[in-house]
Amino acid sequence: MADLTLRQIKKAYGAINILHGIDLDIQSGEFVVFVGPSGCGKSTLLRTIAGLEEITSGELKIAGELVNDVPPSKRGIAMVFQSYALYPHMTVYDNMAFGMKIARENKAEIDRRVKQAADILQLTKYLDRLPKAMSGGQRQRVAIGRAIVRNPRVFLFDEPLSNLDAALRVATRIEIAKLKESMPNTTMIYVTHDQVEAMTLADRIVVLKDGRVEQVGTPMELYHHPGNLFVAQFIGSPAMNIVPATVEKTGASTTISITGGRKAEVPVATPADAAGAAISFGVRPEDLRIATGDSVLFEGRIDYIEQLGEVQLVYLDIGRPDTPLVVKLPGNSELKRDQLLKVDADPATLHIFNAKGRSFARDHAPALAA
Amino acid sequence: MAQASGKSAGKSFFGKFGVHIAVLIFVVIWTIPTLGILVSSLRDKDQIIASGWWNSFSSSTQTEAGRLPGPEAQVEKDGRFVIEGNIFGDGPARTISAFGVRSATPTQFQAGQAADLGDGVTLQLNPDGTFVLSSPVAIEGRGQRVYYASSAPPRFTTENYETVLFSEGIGRSFINSLTVTVPATIIPIMIAAFAAYALAWMRFPGRALIIATIIGLLVVPLQMTLIPLLQLYNGVALFFGVPSKTYLGIWLAHTGFGLPFAIYLLRSYMAGLPKELMESARIDGASDFEIFLKIVLPLSFPVLASFAIFQFLWVWNDLLVAIVFLGSGSDQLVLTGKLNALLGSRGGDWEILTTSAFVTIIVPLIVFFSLQRYFVRGLLAGSVKGG
Repeated sequence: MADLTLRQIKKAYGAINILHGIDLDIQSGEFVVFVGPSGCGKSTLLRTIAGLEEITSGELKIAGELVNDVPPSKRGIAMVFQSYALYPHMTVYDNMAFGMKIARENKAEIDRRVKQAADILQLTKYLDRLPKAMSGGQRQRVAIGRAIVRNPRVFLFDEPLSNLDAALRVATRIEIAKLKESMPNTTMIYVTHDQVEAMTLADRIVVLKDGRVEQVGTPMELYHHPGNLFVAQFIGSPAMNIVPATVEKTGASTTISITGGRKAEVPVATPADAAGAAISFGVRPEDLRIATGDSVLFEGRIDYIEQLGEVQLVYLDIGRPDTPLVVKLPGNSELKRDQLLKVDADPATLHIFNAKGRSFARDHAPALAA
Repeated sequence: MAQASGKSAGKSFFGKFGVHIAVLIFVVIWTIPTLGILVSSLRDKDQIIASGWWNSFSSSTQTEAGRLPGPEAQVEKDGRFVIEGNIFGDGPARTISAFGVRSATPTQFQAGQAADLGDGVTLQLNPDGTFVLSSPVAIEGRGQRVYYASSAPPRFTTENYETVLFSEGIGRSFINSLTVTVPATIIPIMIAAFAAYALAWMRFPGRALIIATIIGLLVVPLQMTLIPLLQLYNGVALFFGVPSKTYLGIWLAHTGFGLPFAIYLLRSYMAGLPKELMESARIDGASDFEIFLKIVLPLSFPVLASFAIFQFLWVWNDLLVAIVFLGSGSDQLVLTGKLNALLGSRGGDWEILTTSAFVTIIVPLIVFFSLQRYFVRGLLAGSVKGG
């Protein structure tokens, strides 16, 4: 029901800058996930949107209205905290009704909306319980219910699944996805450090690092076309292999010489002045496969194998101590330690980054953009 | 961690045993005087003098003197002159174990035995107090002096309480003490709760300075303030033409003396509440006042109760501030002051003193036992998370 516009949002605590000018447009009804390592400012950004932190400079607009100085309760937002932040002395019903009671809504309306939210989240039989008598997952549902009751234009989630155990996290993740489906008009912003949550939930992901936006895009865009080295290594598990290389031939397609000797043809255009430049070459472990023909990208001795059943992670010694090449191969491949292995990859899955770590502009292959 | 706790569990048998013994000893040492006061206050005043409270459930033995009726009561029977009756008269019955007729040997004869008093005169005193004095010639002179050892059954009574409450003025002082203590407990809690919330959760310039000042005030001895405060009170009283020693005055004095500790204790507790609760409430649209009233205050109940105990006990037991800021008339004299006065005027009357003492400690005991689980919790406030 509301779009958000962030223009040069900065946040500083004294002399320490946390956010260095964030620009972001979030469409109405979108599910946007802020992701990044801890300390990157993602929670701070969410809290400035909520109004819990003052904006040092910049403009924040919700539904076209400047809300920099509007108190949290008037911004039409609702927030779900990592620690649930339920009022421990109130029943589930009172927890959910608290905001409406403060707003002095009439009792019948409060009752109707609380019951409706409880119904959506299957909390109806727990309405008289105190939070301490509930499990972590139920408490998180109450926190979500409290947000739903507020009937917000923008839903804010601050790492809502971090306090749950693994199984419950998956279940609640799916619940949140379904909740989003049932409220297609509500904008949702979700903060997490878990890329699985980011990939599965998001319409668009915002990758943050050190208070700056690294890249904004759909999960598949980020996966297939990372804009820089940081995003390339942050999205995907295990992280993308990065190997230093130099440019041999520029043009519509680039030939590079990978440190270690081998050459590769990467279907990415590079400008003429990049010839001879030192660059970073990247390829995802899952894009590497055992070379069958003459085309070989890497060759090395197997240093270690992690067998995960479904897949195995093969660590290949390619002459760079401490940074082996990780190759994700099917779990049934017959491999042994110290065996020599040649691997190859589809040229379309290769990435090259300039000295500053930015990806060379890449023509989007229609097959990948889908 | 697990190893460390395992180790302590391993050697804990003797440790635990020792702790339990120590606790038991402390409990006994702490409880016995109170029990003694309670038992003594319920005993008959004569028995208090005769034996200690630890003997109160066994009969008390005492040696008394009595005089038999004079010659006018004698009747002639079988050629002898006889006087019969009961030594206790209409008084309470006791059991006589031995008797005598000379003060030097008050228990010369067994009860029930006929004692030969010389010249054919015999006296028989039975355990139930009945006696037979028999003489071959007419008895003359005053009634025979008799000494006897008697034991009385334990007697418990509430007379002492009736006495101190209604005729010694303890009842009035009790009400005075309550009049001082209840508002002097409630007023600082109300002020301190507001202050503690503001100092814990609201941002304003000078907040750190105020907190530092309050911590500093914790160590100011109240004796230092007595003279300036009293001068201030006198000045105010003179200006408005009202008495300077009033209940309002002492409430304010106790409030002032209690506030630094109250604010310190409450603030550290409130500051320990999770920040997300306040933020959540702010998103829900609650103002600072509503957050305080509906979230922080209910959650701070343990520490409020704990401070209430501290303040209540301190004010209830206070003598100095009461002497300084209240008059000594019966309408203003508090229990501690009254006890002090009784020690002077009724120093020997143990039944009065023990009863008054027990009346004085009964309220602190009730307060402590009804709120004790908050007492310890409040002491740990701020130091242990989730305590």
